Amino acid sequence: MARRAGGGNDIQWCFSQVKGAVDDDVAEADIISTVEFNHSGELLATGDKGGRVVIFQQEQENKIQSHSRGEYNVYSTFQSHEPEFDYLKSLEIEEKINKIRWLPQKNAAQFLLSTNDKTIKLWKISERDKRPEGYNLKEEDGRYRDPTTVTTLRVPVFRPMDLMVEASPRRIFANAHTYHINSISINSDYETYLSADDLRINLWHLEITDRSFNIVDIKPANMEELTEVITAAEFHPNSCNTFVYSSSKGTIRLCDMRASALCDRHSKLFEEPEDPSNRSFFSEIISSISDVKFSHSGRYMMTRDYLSVKIWDLNMENRPVETYQVHEYLRSKLCSLYENDCIFDKFECCWNGSDSVVMTGSYNNFFRMFDRNTKRDITLEASRENNKPRTVLKPRKVCASGKRKKDEISVDSLDFNKKILHTAWHPKENIIAVATTNNLYIFQDKVN
Amino acid sequence: MSAEIPEAASAEEQKSEHIMHPWSLQPSIPNNLEEMEDKVTSPEKAEEAKLKARYPHLGQKPGGSDFLRKRLQKGQKYFDSGDYNMAKAKMKNKQLPAAAPDKTEVTGDHIPTPQDLPQRKPSLVASKLAG
Repeated sequence: MARRAGGGNDIQWCFSQVKGAVDDDVAEADIISTVEFNHSGELLATGDKGGRVVIFQQEQENKIQSHSRGEYNVYSTFQSHEPEFDYLKSLEIEEKINKIRWLPQKNAAQFLLSTNDKTIKLWKISERDKRPEGYNLKEEDGRYRDPTTVTTLRVPVFRPMDLMVEASPRRIFANAHTYHINSISINSDYETYLSADDLRINLWHLEITDRSFNIVDIKPANMEELTEVITAAEFHPNSCNTFVYSSSKGTIRLCDMRASALCDRHSKLFEEPEDPSNRSFFSEIISSISDVKFSHSGRYMMTRDYLSVKIWDLNMENRPVETYQVHEYLRSKLCSLYENDCIFDKFECCWNGSDSVVMTGSYNNFFRMFDRNTKRDITLEASRENNKPRTVLKPRKVCASGKRKKDEISVDSLDFNKKILHTAWHPKENIIAVATTNNLYIFQDKVN
Repeated sequence: MSAEIPEAASAEEQKSEHIMHPWSLQPSIPNNLEEMEDKVTSPEKAEEAKLKARYPHLGQKPGGSDFLRKRLQKGQKYFDSGDYNMAKAKMKNKQLPAAAPDKTEVTGDHIPTPQDLPQRKPSLVASKLAG
């Protein structure tokens, strides 16, 4: 039996919790659009299509019953963004939260950035567990006392109260994006951050909302000449001058902000050469990168395109060092996937804390993990059928064609409406958060 | 995109591995698909042929401007306040032509009224994840 290691050799994943409604009729507002652990892993934030953020907090571990780690319970929830209408451009602005990114904790309060298509907001989440009592001029309920009735003086004191968690918007970064924001990323200097839309990337200072610097602009002079858009962007975890952005054509550009103010010329271009004889109508669409993530070490980056996950060494631009097929059996279904728009689904990917295992989602509520060291992979399912705590999840297998073995699922039986686009891995432990359409699953490795 | 063809374990080895180690070495391309590639065209090209058969007028450049521009224009709603007010003035006593009940998009000759537009209020209900 494998022990719980930071790495990933033969981890046994168990169901821990599931959040959200059971009913099949999903309201659009409840569709989960982003999931993110904070830097310690104690907090887990989700954003949804209705513009709401829900933050879960891990319970302190029960030292006596050490068979499982603390559960995640609701800590705070608030309406981050609201629907808007830009009258000047006749543009409807969705309140859907595209991304949430946590700031590292500097004091008692927690801070996160949340963004919709147009506006980024800095939220402060703070706890209040004491309240002042014993004012001289106010009653306990807040009414003012008549000063002439005061005969003695007392010193107000702080008394404990039930914990109250308050979320307040501290900064609103608006009006800097013509196109739709797809990424935000906090710099390792913890003072600045970038926001990227389809054609431009802007650099902000967390304290300054009325100004932002444009650092990448790929808008052509003539829009007829538009051939690619920016799909994701991220700052390097350690080098505050370095960031990458991915494109709809499957390329990744690494830029150095020291080189020039406008980083239109990349320092490195990562692109895997394509065999022209293999090119088809679908080639460009399925090569579009939907997510890019640096490893914690900063030495590698991972990209997700429609069918695969690729690991790139920052020192090698001409091809990835590792490629993992997520659901290669879909290659023979591309026609229908184009017709039902699934081919445009944007899957995200994530690293585990030690960069030894990567994870991404698929259809039918399946998600996949690839162990970089052992080269083994596993397919698991997020489903309420396995929801007894500490039940080990059974691996799933999809049968591409031909004879289907028992317990295998054929490609044609896959439910393409059940997509896992967003997953997150605890920064230190083997705890993962997996979002189905409207439910959040938490799985942990078996602790013995 | 490079095709990965790692060594595939023999069927028996694979089967026993499957039982003992849930994390299994999966070949990146199933065997029968490889055969198909050798015999006919690649599955991708076969799918392309299917698509072209269904939609003969599909543009040559799928990732080109049209598709990208459609992506950039997401959220665009068209409303002409001049038309709206003229129509209101002309039909003082009559109702403005109402949209069919199942129409979610307000387009074309129909002039939208405030009743036709979908409600864009923020969620009044808390998220069910917090329930």
